[in-house]
Amino acid sequence: MNEFALLVAATLAAGTPLAIAGIGLLVNERAGVLNLGAEGMMLVAAVAGFATGYATGSEVAALAAGALAGAVIAAIYGWLVIWLNTNQYATGLAVSLFGSGFSAFVGLGLVGKKLEETEVAGVPLLRDLPVLGVALFRQHPVVYLAMALTGGVAFFLHRTRSGLVLRAIGESPVSAHALGYPVRRIRLAAVVVGGTLCGVAGAYLSVVYTPLWVEGMVAGRGWIALALTTFATWRPTRLLLGAYLFGGVTMLQLDLQASGVQVAPQFMSMLPYLATVVVLVLISRNPLWIRLNMPASLGKTFFPGS
Amino acid sequence: MTERLPLKHLALAALVVATGLTACSKKAEPAPATVAAPAAPAKPAPLKAAFVYVGPVGDAGYTYAHDLGRKEAAAKLGDKVETTFVEKVAEGPDAERVIRDLATQGNKIIFATSFGFGDSMVKVAKDFPDVHFEHATGFKTSENMRVYEPRIHEVAYFAGIVAGRMTKTNTLGFVGSFPIPEVLRNIDAFTLGAQSVNPKVKTRVVWVGSWFDPPKETEAAQALLNKGADVLLQNTDSTAVLQAAEKAGKYAFGWDSDMSAFAPKAHLGSCVLLWGVYYEKALNDVLDKTWKTGATKWGYREGMTDFIKIPDFVPADAKKKVEEVKAGLKAGTFEIFKAPVVDNTGKVRLRKGEVASDKWLGDVNFYVKGVEGKVPSGK
Repeated sequence: MNEFALLVAATLAAGTPLAIAGIGLLVNERAGVLNLGAEGMMLVAAVAGFATGYATGSEVAALAAGALAGAVIAAIYGWLVIWLNTNQYATGLAVSLFGSGFSAFVGLGLVGKKLEETEVAGVPLLRDLPVLGVALFRQHPVVYLAMALTGGVAFFLHRTRSGLVLRAIGESPVSAHALGYPVRRIRLAAVVVGGTLCGVAGAYLSVVYTPLWVEGMVAGRGWIALALTTFATWRPTRLLLGAYLFGGVTMLQLDLQASGVQVAPQFMSMLPYLATVVVLVLISRNPLWIRLNMPASLGKTFFPGS
Repeated sequence: MTERLPLKHLALAALVVATGLTACSKKAEPAPATVAAPAAPAKPAPLKAAFVYVGPVGDAGYTYAHDLGRKEAAAKLGDKVETTFVEKVAEGPDAERVIRDLATQGNKIIFATSFGFGDSMVKVAKDFPDVHFEHATGFKTSENMRVYEPRIHEVAYFAGIVAGRMTKTNTLGFVGSFPIPEVLRNIDAFTLGAQSVNPKVKTRVVWVGSWFDPPKETEAAQALLNKGADVLLQNTDSTAVLQAAEKAGKYAFGWDSDMSAFAPKAHLGSCVLLWGVYYEKALNDVLDKTWKTGATKWGYREGMTDFIKIPDFVPADAKKKVEEVKAGLKAGTFEIFKAPVVDNTGKVRLRKGEVASDKWLGDVNFYVKGVEGKVPSGK
């Protein structure tokens, strides 16, 4: 039973960076902007967060610096695709490549440096519960932040007027523009929110989850977060569950190996992706489901006044 | 208003793209002494040597260790040599282009430091008969190409001795990259080392399917800790496993280079590769014109591997045992894989009277008794 609790705890921690980045990307995709630069933004945020944590010794400052770095890169990306009308796919890929090169370059002096240890307190009282305490209540605050964020974004998108406007822009920017909404500015805001959350996720990786900086350490998690938005058909709660599913399959295969069940590691590494692909296929069997949820203008350039 | 063509801005965007694409770049670093050298015309031109790295020199692990070796050899030989390196070279067609380029630039000896560079190097070596080619951890040789490799399983054995003494749960954990002989040998040597001081020890193995994925290495370490392992060793390239152990209040080791600074409480010693001794010898071979093809397998005895920085809290008897084995290896009287070697299904892999030859070591594809599970076969 205790082993199962430990597995649940590890799953939540593993799914958290994917969930936070995914929720961020979901917000900008709901506004119609596809940002393929997630991996690059997370890397730049990871190095910024690590550098700040190293200089100040404060985890909060480190996460904030990561968020800021993500926001800045996203703002540049947003300016390029929203005002200069560059192609979203090409620009996103460029941001991704730029981010990995740039983070490696500025992070040269940080390789091999060590952050100060911080204790994870968990939730008082609840942390001492048998089984449940181990499984759920001894996590880093960012893990709970991911859950709160999911609820908050779901509420914002589907229960508030501003959320409705954001979704309307994602569906039909031309109509929203005709109604007098500042489409470009709202899209930029959504992109910056996406970058900020990718930044928090990147900094969580380098400051909390694997407290070290080495180039390329995000190791594809930005791409997985992007895939998760589709997997979740742009629904926040489904995205959170998807992130935990991915984290869970990852941890489960490692756990099975540690128990002595041996399958080729290449197969094991494939498993989380396979699980995601299977779910994707199951979802796309129902075209209506995707069509109802996919922002109609996703990835398309909007020219006001055209 | 009609559409404007923001040409200036597009150019800016193109620049952003270009900056991102220059990640794989070449850096030249002259030997320290050459700064003053050009003034002395009497001296012969320095020997040009080039190194091809698979990772970034800042990986704090495998490539970093190679680069330390390069610097050490260059410093020892002073202005007799001039070294260059190319980092982050992808295995495959890219490697051939880089190696060919280096040969054309007048380098007389080229080191390729990753297994996957072998075939590219074989091709280039044919076209440059007067250049010397050196391939780390490979097996293909020719008239002007040879291979070199450290016996790293020796240091895994040292780590095993300390691990066997320090474990309270009698369960060790190993985070492996890929189930190839080189890595299996390390798992087996680690377990044998632990059994030499604690026969009850069991080793659990988790494969991550990557040489370098810090978050995944952390997760693998966590899975092993969850299953009761309290001393971990890894065959991957980052410090993640060591740091995961530190966080959990358990123990682990440094791998490839000195990682003691990353985990003052968890670190039980670092298994290090010292490529410098070999690089110095290889460069000297070319300088003396005594370079001959062949295969070099060096270990602790030759100074190519070491186990360092055992902390004070490790009991003296374990340290003494490590020193004994070190002395035995130095004298050539100690064998890590000593017959009979029995695998974990009970099959005898090395019969009495047989010696673990280089060929035998290169074919290790089993877990010794005490390792749990089955070697993944991929079938």
